Amino acid sequence: MIRSFAADGLKRFASIRCFSSTPDFTKNNYNVQRGGYQSLEEDHIKYFQTLLGENRLVMDLSDLEQYNVDWFKHYRGNSKLVLKPKTTEEVSKILSYCNKNKLAVCPQGGNTGVVGGQVPVFDEIIISMALMNQIESVDEHLGVLVCQSGCILENLDNELEKKGFMMPLDLGAKGSCHIGGNVSTNAGGLRLLRYGNMHGNVLGLEAVKANGEIIDLMSSLKKDNTGFHLKHLFIGSEGTLGVVTKVAIQCAVRPKSINLAFLGLQSFPKVLKTFMQAKQDLGEILSAMEVMDSATMDFVKDKLKVESPIGEYPFYLVIETSGSNDEHDADKLHKFLETTLIKHFALNGTVATEPSKVKEMWQIRERIPDSFVKDDYVFLYDVTLPIPDYFTLVDDVRDHLGSKGKVFGFGHLGDGNLHIQVAVDKYTHEIKDFIEDYMYSRVVELKGSISAEHGIGFAKIKYLEKIKDKNALIFMRQMKRLMDPNGILNPYKLIFEQH
Amino acid sequence: MARVLVGVKRVIDYAVKIRVKPDKKGVVTDGVKHSMNPFDEIAVEEAVRMKEKKIASEIIAVSCGPAQSQEVIRTALAMGVDKGIHVEIPAAEYETLQPIHVSKILAKIAEKEKIDLIIVGKQAIDDDSNQTAQMTAAVLDWPQATFASHIEKGDKELTVKREVDGGMETIKCKIPAVISADLRLNEPRYATLPNIMKAKKKPIAKMTPKDLGVDISPRIEIVSVEDPPVRQPGVILPDVDALVGKLKEGGHI
Repeated sequence: MIRSFAADGLKRFASIRCFSSTPDFTKNNYNVQRGGYQSLEEDHIKYFQTLLGENRLVMDLSDLEQYNVDWFKHYRGNSKLVLKPKTTEEVSKILSYCNKNKLAVCPQGGNTGVVGGQVPVFDEIIISMALMNQIESVDEHLGVLVCQSGCILENLDNELEKKGFMMPLDLGAKGSCHIGGNVSTNAGGLRLLRYGNMHGNVLGLEAVKANGEIIDLMSSLKKDNTGFHLKHLFIGSEGTLGVVTKVAIQCAVRPKSINLAFLGLQSFPKVLKTFMQAKQDLGEILSAMEVMDSATMDFVKDKLKVESPIGEYPFYLVIETSGSNDEHDADKLHKFLETTLIKHFALNGTVATEPSKVKEMWQIRERIPDSFVKDDYVFLYDVTLPIPDYFTLVDDVRDHLGSKGKVFGFGHLGDGNLHIQVAVDKYTHEIKDFIEDYMYSRVVELKGSISAEHGIGFAKIKYLEKIKDKNALIFMRQMKRLMDPNGILNPYKLIFEQH
Repeated sequence: MARVLVGVKRVIDYAVKIRVKPDKKGVVTDGVKHSMNPFDEIAVEEAVRMKEKKIASEIIAVSCGPAQSQEVIRTALAMGVDKGIHVEIPAAEYETLQPIHVSKILAKIAEKEKIDLIIVGKQAIDDDSNQTAQMTAAVLDWPQATFASHIEKGDKELTVKREVDGGMETIKCKIPAVISADLRLNEPRYATLPNIMKAKKKPIAKMTPKDLGVDISPRIEIVSVEDPPVRQPGVILPDVDALVGKLKEGGHI
């Protein structure tokens, strides 16, 4: 079977994705029942062909693979059809038709989601937003970008660079992920610390409801208190309340001066002290604060031959500053770094001010996920914890696992967002439950969140039930029923009821 | 032990998008991030490793250019070089400074400082001249080992592996000699903070080409600088299946 991956979509990932064969179907691996939806029939296909033309339907088995399987190869759907609309009107007609005919759909962006929210569980029709990739405008006064939801994040940033702006979010998947997906999952990323999250940066959006109604909430205004703030419903709803078709994003002025420091530290208390010092000394120019433990760097060195630039230490910090004045920023940064050495917070470090070196050093952190698809099976988790307890969970899970697996942690220290992984030789349901039952209950004990930025998707539904306020769950179900009475939008994900 | 001279040039950082000036007489350098020429970094690293192996006794880094050239000398000092020499050249004259001038400057400094080994990057990423090492050797009448990817120092001679178009060439030459560093010679270290702080105290001597008796009058005139024609991006595909897949994906077939 030939796997035809979208070369532009997956870029460097494509060559690395070969660690194991395709997973078994999700429906075989997990205890899920197919909802009472219609199955795809000739009449349906004829309708879509008339609407979109034959070229914008994908039905070939080998072509369907890349849409049915997620990037980390944890889930595999059985969809027989991918639709590729180009306009909001087409999305509206598709949903209206599917709603009338009780056909389930799975909206899909760049297919980079980490919790299986973007791939079908059964034979849901996939609505790929890939061809809705037009940029409408960039307002130079306000820094507002208006574009269709299928635009790739990195492409948007490259366009914005020409006008002196930048996207307010940055993640490792930027070469493939769509802004619509970022909005629908309330993506976080490396610079949330500085630029905030999607709820603050999305000034307006346009979405299509399950019945095909287009809800136009587009606005480029910073202030617009006219009625319920409906756009926030769609942000983070993971494609279960509507399909986002257009967005207006508040972009940031592109900083003239970006500097990066890479530090090696003895212990987590020292990491914390450095973090607090950075907030004081770097203040408004601080734009990213990432931490890695030595187990992470060991794993990355083993799989990718990527090494620390300063030698081996128990903990590492990557600290970025962004500002408008080179001299001012370099001066602040150097003074801060001297302080961390003199006060013995950091044992060693290096600093980069040239764009090429900044890029090189960021790679060390950004390439970490590449190491997950190498040989072992890597369970990945994304939790928020009170900052003083950031590595407590890693230590506890490591004790719990013993020799059963390698545990390592890294992430956005500035937001309290930890990415914790367990690498094992082979996947089994038993080991999965062994890890997750302990991990999630420990997160709850530590008063954290079981999903910081990845969302619930398919992977974490059963845990959502356990941790969320009962009335909140009831209210969420009511909203879902109101907006999607037939349950056709991304069923089996986030908050779902059997239909 | 050898006394080593390393030439370092301040160039526009390779990750920066180059823009042509509106007057078409050059590229925009104001407010643009610069860094040490990557091949010169490799040259510095090699010299520092020689010092660590006790093959070299003292390393001096030289840069020719306006005041900002001192930045790359500081970087070299932070990597382990002992002292720096900044040959100050005003911005206007720097526009027309060529390897023919730089080679004479390096030669004069080598004589003054009793240098045994000159190591420079094989070429600068802004002008791609690839001439300075060769010309310097000619001025001094020293042997040259260019495009070095491996260097072994004996008592009175060097064994150098060179990467050339035809393959790998191994040559021996006597010391003193001029070496130009190629990409695979080594991987330069990151300067660590303690060394960056130490480097602030290391000396940088200042001089002018006149002090060295070198005439830097321009031998070229820059007529115009233009953007290359815009290229349409192409994509290389591995096989027909991929081509068909891509065409389907774009909605073309």
